[in-house]
Amino acid sequence: MNPIPEQPRPKDYKSDVKPVWCPGCGDFGVLNAITKALASLRLPPEQVALISGIGCSSRVPAYTSLYGFHGIHGRALAVGAGLKAARPDLNVLVAGGDGDGFSIGGNHFLHACRRNMNMTYIVMDNEVYGMTKGQASPTTAPDWTQSKLTPSGTLSRAFQPAAIALAAGATFIARAFSGKPNTLAQLIVLAMQHPGFAFIQVLSPCPTFRPEQKEWKNIVRPFPADELPTSDPALAALHCQRDDGMSTGVIYVEARPVWSRSEMEKTTIEDIEQEFRS
Amino acid sequence: MLKQIEGSHAVAEAVALCRPEVISAYPITPQTHIVEDLGSMVKSGEIANCEFLLVESEFGALSACIGSSAAGARSYTATSSQGMLFMMEAVYNASGMGLPIVMTVGNRAIGAPINIWNDWGDSMSARDAGWIQLFVESNQQAVDVHIQAFRLAEQLSLPVMVCMDGFVLTHSYSQVDIPDQKQVDAFLPTFEPRQLLDPASPVSMGAMVGPDAFTEVRYLAHHKQMEALELIPEQAAEFETLFGRDSGGLVKSFDCEGAETVVVTMGSVIGTMKHVLAEMRDEGISIGALTVRSFRPFPKETLRDLLKDAKRVIVFEKCLAVGMGGILAMNLRMALKDFPIRVHSAIGGLGGRPRPITRANLRRMFEKGIRDEMEEPHFHDIHMDIVERELEREQAQRRSGSIAENILQDVGVVAAAKTI
Repeated sequence: MNPIPEQPRPKDYKSDVKPVWCPGCGDFGVLNAITKALASLRLPPEQVALISGIGCSSRVPAYTSLYGFHGIHGRALAVGAGLKAARPDLNVLVAGGDGDGFSIGGNHFLHACRRNMNMTYIVMDNEVYGMTKGQASPTTAPDWTQSKLTPSGTLSRAFQPAAIALAAGATFIARAFSGKPNTLAQLIVLAMQHPGFAFIQVLSPCPTFRPEQKEWKNIVRPFPADELPTSDPALAALHCQRDDGMSTGVIYVEARPVWSRSEMEKTTIEDIEQEFRS
Repeated sequence: MLKQIEGSHAVAEAVALCRPEVISAYPITPQTHIVEDLGSMVKSGEIANCEFLLVESEFGALSACIGSSAAGARSYTATSSQGMLFMMEAVYNASGMGLPIVMTVGNRAIGAPINIWNDWGDSMSARDAGWIQLFVESNQQAVDVHIQAFRLAEQLSLPVMVCMDGFVLTHSYSQVDIPDQKQVDAFLPTFEPRQLLDPASPVSMGAMVGPDAFTEVRYLAHHKQMEALELIPEQAAEFETLFGRDSGGLVKSFDCEGAETVVVTMGSVIGTMKHVLAEMRDEGISIGALTVRSFRPFPKETLRDLLKDAKRVIVFEKCLAVGMGGILAMNLRMALKDFPIRVHSAIGGLGGRPRPITRANLRRMFEKGIRDEMEEPHFHDIHMDIVERELEREQAQRRSGSIAENILQDVGVVAAAKTI
């Protein structure tokens, strides 16, 4: 174990590997926010594991000095669940993109929300598959026709990560913008302090394949502070559905028992039967 | 028409000429350009009457083809590497259900460790899945074999995989003769499904089959592949008559008749090998080559005929059955088991190494084979010093860490992670 410096700095959580992201990529902001959050939490790097899948944003573990795991496309949450089950003492961060998390790994997203393990899932959402050079992702708007794989637009409604996380049972749901790394860092701190599955959708522009996203910095705005965050799922759902997807902040926080081995052991058949009767 | 185009684009043009009705796509390197070009052709109207689906994963891509093929539509998709592994359940389903889907595999290594470059690990993982597997040597062959693949698939009611080396072929520009629509229409009849979801004659597909019938179903899958051994050369001959090119077939000889040493391989590497072998023959060395174009079904009898007089065979393959050795070599040894022929197994090109495969490094390997000095199996261009250092680390301490990361640090590709 390395000693924790009195005042760890964000760069103490970075590795010497230089990111290969394109200039202007939103993921730089997310990397900065993660390291800022960890510095402010004063967490020794060896107490944090960062798990990712495949894609541009999934390269993030290599750029940190944390335990890193660059895994299987779409399976980051499942790998994270296994790691958390074996090492409940570790702070588990799972990170990836909208492709990794919502299309090829969409199934795991639903079940990670339900399971409510104590971990934080950061999705860098740029509404495009960047690593394979610019194809529509689940969060791409239906009228985007720039990809050769969607010759007539996506013909599908865009996936709504926050609303789906809510419906699936996530207990902390937030949306943030990579261009505001300090705000994002604060959100990551809250998410990591939240007992249970915390989901942060980060709007993280892709200047290469979605240059129009450079405008996001002028569009993003906070959710109305008087109504959110809420622990009322109906109110949270209303905001998720009314919103154009560009409002940021914590949306929903719920106190629900966290998945843990000890919790499972405490549950008896009588408890389960009681649950069915009530 | 002669064109100077990228391999992926050539394949897209060939598939377009086959009048596909459903194409499902999910991007994965190095196959992505193929489906992207097909998407553009659907948009421009160059491919008419075709539904183009962007799906959420490779599993979705092949499953969509299973659905559309069952409905009687000519269906196509493409994949590579991890994508092939992810769709594996659907791979077995497509062949088990006898659905004549054509799928291009842009051959790429499989991980971990993740690697995007070329070898045959992906196709080989599906070698027993009941698909016909055709390997192509050039982009011209890629075009020609796709056209044959649809006809073969539909005639046999079996899916066909066309395997082409990732990057080496998919991303290289070369001169390709793209046939015209009339020629292709004359060769490839309209899809007449053997089975069809048809409300006039309702059926349920995907029946559960118990011990009382499973063996027969499996036997018939094998039997169909044996039928393909007859059909593939017949089609290649007909193709040659119509298109004027020798493309496809079971195997291809490159002066292997009468040669003492025969190099056996598959795919694009023969392009470089041909030149080395010609050079060696000019020097009086009795050496030739042969490519296996149909890996499944495996053309045992044809290979026996062609190789019966050889003294030794050097099999060069870009894949490895871990714990056993060369896969093509194993298949070949079985085919030649009662012949007094030495079969050397050389494994190379794994994860894109060496880059490039050169005449010089191939020649060194062949000469070693001719001297009968090859290890079993021989690893082409391996750096044993790196291997030995890792074995020493493992010997020195129990918690020696991950092999892949250790070796990256050893060769200096990445610096050791910084700790505070």
